[in-house]
Amino acid sequence: MRPLLEVSDLVKTYPVKRNLLGRVRERTTVTDRVSFTVERGETVGIVGESGAGKSTVGRLALRLIEPDSGSIVFDGRDVLGLSRAELREFRQRAQMIFQDPFSSLDPHMTIREAVGEPLTIHRGLKGMERDAAVTDLLARVGLRADQLDKYPREFSGGQLQRIAIARALATEPDFIVCDEPVAALDVSIQAQVLNLLIDLQRERGLAYVFVSHDLSLVRFLAHRVAVMRKGVIVEMGPTEQVFTDPQHAYTKTLLEAIPDPRAHFLGRRAEAGAVRAASAMVGTAKES
Amino acid sequence: MSIDVVGRLTSAPADAEPVLRIEGLSVDFVTDHGWTRVVDGIDLSIPAGSVVGVVGESGSGKTVTSLAAMGLLPSATSKISGSIRVAGRELVGMTDRELADVRGTEVSMIFQEPRRSLDPAFTVGSQIAEVVRRHERVGRKAAWARAVEMLDAVGIDDATRRADAYPHEFSGGMCQRVMLAIAMVCRPKLLIADEPTTALDVTVQAQMLDLMREVQQQFEVAILFITHDLGVVAQMCDAVNVMYAGQVIESAPVEDLFLSPQHPYAQGLLDAIPDHRDRSAPLQAIAGAVPAPWDWPDSCRFAPRCPHAGPECDAGPVPLAGAAAESTRAVRCVRANDLVLEGITG
Repeated sequence: MRPLLEVSDLVKTYPVKRNLLGRVRERTTVTDRVSFTVERGETVGIVGESGAGKSTVGRLALRLIEPDSGSIVFDGRDVLGLSRAELREFRQRAQMIFQDPFSSLDPHMTIREAVGEPLTIHRGLKGMERDAAVTDLLARVGLRADQLDKYPREFSGGQLQRIAIARALATEPDFIVCDEPVAALDVSIQAQVLNLLIDLQRERGLAYVFVSHDLSLVRFLAHRVAVMRKGVIVEMGPTEQVFTDPQHAYTKTLLEAIPDPRAHFLGRRAEAGAVRAASAMVGTAKES
Repeated sequence: MSIDVVGRLTSAPADAEPVLRIEGLSVDFVTDHGWTRVVDGIDLSIPAGSVVGVVGESGSGKTVTSLAAMGLLPSATSKISGSIRVAGRELVGMTDRELADVRGTEVSMIFQEPRRSLDPAFTVGSQIAEVVRRHERVGRKAAWARAVEMLDAVGIDDATRRADAYPHEFSGGMCQRVMLAIAMVCRPKLLIADEPTTALDVTVQAQMLDLMREVQQQFEVAILFITHDLGVVAQMCDAVNVMYAGQVIESAPVEDLFLSPQHPYAQGLLDAIPDHRDRSAPLQAIAGAVPAPWDWPDSCRFAPRCPHAGPECDAGPVPLAGAAAESTRAVRCVRANDLVLEGITG
């Protein structure tokens, strides 16, 4: 079976200098011949530092921005050749979750309206039927029915991100691009959102592209990982392989730079095999 | 790199005045709910030359505590009580002018977004020299020379030429180096670093942390390191204070906190660090969310989210047991003695 998503040789440039007549004299390349595939039910992590082009890749894959050249094939169809109507159908199946849930939800819409809107547009649901679907979705992400008529400002960051996930799920997508979905959240809340994403993947066979600067999160979540630098994928492979046996010098630099408290206190080396210091065993969690 | 925690903490004589000693610090802000307590009875001390971390989530009061230690809270909209002594001098009750003299010479601060802290209209050299001229009787030329010297000390190549550059000509990491130069140029005894590497890329962060360690040793400055990132704490700090809902809930040498924490919230933070070795298990989340200051319970503030909470936890206010100033460990939990927490695992 073909992969769910195949992107090949994606190039995106932006103009940086124009001459007197407004003609572009110089362009900067933000992604340079980026190619990868995503299987059904798989998480592909894209890591890199700011300016590496990882968010651009996420947006290109959904055709939220148009590439200069290259191809995007989703479930066997050429995404760049889609008509307007076909593009709408594609958007139903391929969704996106952003870093800042507050700015991705309309402040004037209640949660019921925000999550209900895609149900009407993409699935034609109305009235009671729509309400029931909204309640189900929000219950799935852990919100109570009595919170449905509140506005985004009444929720915390973690709750808003869960609402944004519910909204993305409303169209019953196969594929979601998650662009730094927990970067703005507190540590204890991050885990709530990530667990939800993992559970949903298992339940619904969702495929994710998970864009993040946080290598330890990507290592935990992704099946395969692409390391980007200056618009180019410098290394891609199964997550454990990339993390334990990095081939590219830049990947090594990145990995060495992550503060790893486990390595620090348990004597565990991030790049070596499972070394578990005996001194680390300070007893198991129990209550007397 | 291993840090000799005990050695560092005991190297100073026991009766030596710590560089920073905060006792019973409370801060109230005007909010929609009237005067609201956001920092509640903080005790914290930093021995000379050590690096002490403050970790906590947003709303825990860590930044407000650090701003209070700099005397930077606006007096019209905030009320401070308690005591903040920097190098033996009491800051609470000082006039703005006295505070301005202390800032830069005794204590200085670097922030999360270095570019916003620099003035885009002046060269970085002049922004460093300005601090020297504010605090010391030196001429323009001498002050400029000090600026160049400082830029060199924070690892900026070709400092003589780069002193003439403007902030927009520097990357984020380089701007943070400039901020560090401004902070350190008058040789303060205490540097407060509020999430200094949070906005930086991970490779730049690593360089910045190395640099801060170097500066700390070269200038013999104590650092109050505020962060939400336990990985950074592990690397940088000798001791750490964990804050939750306006209170210090645990205070310990850094190794003790990671290997044998005593407060369930500290354990929860450690559990939330993803462990790629066990990917079948879900990440450990702490249920619920940090309460808003006007919703803080009188009894244990973490109890509503705590997996170990029992009826005794709702009995009343919980003191920080083992005063932070005297012993090396303290915890604010009524069940601390009968809980065995496993610390970081993997």
